[in-house]
Amino acid sequence: MAVLLLAEVTDGHLSMDATAKAVTAAAKLGDVTVLCAGARAADAAKEAATIAGVKKVLCAEDAGLGHRLAEATADLIVGLAGDYEHIVAPATTDAKNVMPRVAALLDVMVISDASGVVDANTFERPIYAGNAIQTVKSKDGKKVVTFRTSTFDAAATGNSAPVETIAGASSELSSWVEDKVAASDRPELTSAGIVVSGGRGVGSEENFALIEKLADKLGAAVGASRAAVDSGFAPNDWQVGQTGKVVAPNLYVAVGISGAIQHLAGMKDSKIIVAINKDEEAPIFQVADFGLVADLFTAVPELVEKL
Amino acid sequence: MKVLVPVKRVIDYNVKVRVKADGSGVDLANVKMSMNPFDEIAVEEAIRLKEAGKAEEIVAVSVGVKQAQETLRTALAMGADRAILVVAADDVHTDIEPLAVAKILAKVVEAEQPGLVLCGKQAIDNDMNATGQMLSALLGWSQGTFASELSVDGDHATVTREVDGGLQTIKVKMPAIITVDLRLNEPRYASLPNIMKAKKKPLDEKTAADYGVDVAPRLEIVKTAEPAARAAGI
Ligand SMILES: Cc1cc2nc3c(=O)[nH]c(=O)nc-3n(C[C@H](O)[C@H](O)[C@H](O)COP(=O)(O)OP(=O)(O)OC[C@H]3O[C@@H](n4cnc5c(N)ncnc54)[C@H](O)[C@@H]3O)c2cc1C
Ligand SMILES: Cc1cc2nc3c(=O)[nH]c(=O)nc-3n(C[C@H](O)[C@H](O)[C@H](O)COP(=O)(O)OP(=O)(O)OC[C@H]3O[C@@H](n4cnc5c(N)ncnc54)[C@H](O)[C@@H]3O)c2cc1C
Repeated sequence: MAVLLLAEVTDGHLSMDATAKAVTAAAKLGDVTVLCAGARAADAAKEAATIAGVKKVLCAEDAGLGHRLAEATADLIVGLAGDYEHIVAPATTDAKNVMPRVAALLDVMVISDASGVVDANTFERPIYAGNAIQTVKSKDGKKVVTFRTSTFDAAATGNSAPVETIAGASSELSSWVEDKVAASDRPELTSAGIVVSGGRGVGSEENFALIEKLADKLGAAVGASRAAVDSGFAPNDWQVGQTGKVVAPNLYVAVGISGAIQHLAGMKDSKIIVAINKDEEAPIFQVADFGLVADLFTAVPELVEKL
Repeated sequence: MKVLVPVKRVIDYNVKVRVKADGSGVDLANVKMSMNPFDEIAVEEAIRLKEAGKAEEIVAVSVGVKQAQETLRTALAMGADRAILVVAADDVHTDIEPLAVAKILAKVVEAEQPGLVLCGKQAIDNDMNATGQMLSALLGWSQGTFASELSVDGDHATVTREVDGGLQTIKVKMPAIITVDLRLNEPRYASLPNIMKAKKKPLDEKTAADYGVDVAPRLEIVKTAEPAARAAGI
């Protein structure tokens, strides 16, 4: 059975981590063909060809596919769909934008954020902010699925699958204006081994420097609660939770975060959770492996100094 | 311009969800239900467009059980002008899949001819994050998902989207489907007088059959389980 996997390509660059994790999930379904689409995609395609388990890479370069606008990308995928039983992608914001559109055009349901593959038709996915895990079996002829990357290990590299160039696609429906992407030397949030997150307790954008300092000491990515993002302490793409990013690092440090279920939904699969909170009743302590009841303004500087 | 706002009745976000012992689903009997928080943001945005003179009429739509009337009354109390309830299930535990909801909404769009549809980015019960994108595909309209800023200017709208790397701004052709994210606005509370007034606003009732849409699920729910417990914390 054949699987088409939409690789995560941003401005011509392949996100190896997200794509290789989705390949691991997709390989359970059949032979994986990876699609790299974009205004520039050739380098990404070459890189994708190195992922173990990939049988073939399709490379579609077209100005109309730049910035992954949903309409053109969905049209491209639908044009290829005939050859595949499964059409899958890592559950990034790009894929969540495109894949439901693909599914509706094919008149099938989408299975979002699958965290497990039971068989070719049956998938597990978290619902209600991860408070329940549902097993769903698709009756559709084609399955359109996005995979929650935090639950799959990345496939190895070292492969050299053939790369085939295919025609692009474009759409008049929407056009790109600009991206506001903060450049950072820190590891990417969803693939980092360590994440340090700050919440409302941090108090201000200036104070957030404290969290960043601790993160840099640990070589960690920085995350935030929704309250911290809403209050303008941290940018939106740092939000961890049900409606933000889902992370499962080896170490998650929650500072000044109460532990609302919507936040836990994004980090409770972390291997070790450390919480610093001045309120000993804070629900975060119920999931923490190590808890420090302390004022973060004394505890964090002390920690930074000792590390 | 007319604005259509699909609103979903979901379990209140403060309620601790309980999985039924027989694994058939989540217990929704006698629990507090509310409007999906993202849909409150969509209703608020529609009201602001109306207040800014960019929209004339706001129509709220809900697809589901009869009790979704309450959700629509909330939308009316916030400031929607009228509402349409599409009854598609009679058990509160039956949820309609995004594909079927999108098909019904496409028919409502055909009948109502709105210039803009404002959806939530995801419903907090099933977390599918799909309905708006599916509706947009079925209509062949443009889509602007996960919006944290929106401005509508004649034949196009400019949308700032919350994406993995930060923010992306795109221009979409009208008519469009916009799905809203948390930072777009802070929804207002309905005042008591407005709640009273909402009781007199028109609420039409239809059924899925009226629109000729088959709502039979494509995904069979095999089981619903508690997530694996974390090794005891402290
Ligand atoms: C539809 C919806 C979606 C949502 N999605 C998300 C999501 O994706 N991610 C998310 O995080 N939230 C989400 N939320 C919000 C969530 O419900 C909580 O409101 C939020 O997580 C709270 O953030 P917080 O813990 O930083 O703030 P608070 O709950 O206010 O907690 C602040 C904590 O800091 C502690 N503190 C204060 N000062 C200090 C100090 N000096 N030293 C040490 N500790 C201190 C306090 O004791 C408290 O426990 C969502 C909510 C809704 C309705
Ligand atoms: C108790 C329960 C029982 C279930 N039973 C079944 C079953 O028997 N068979 C089955 O196949 N699946 C069932 N499901 C799963 C369900 O059908 C889908 O997984 C679910 O619809 C996913 O979509 P979502 O609500 O997350 O929508 P999303 O796509 O996340 O919703 C996004 C936005 O779309 C709009 N929207 C969505 N739904 C509506 C609506 N009904 N009315 C108006 N606007 C709406 C809103 O603006 C909303 O913010 C069940 C789920 C539950 C919780």
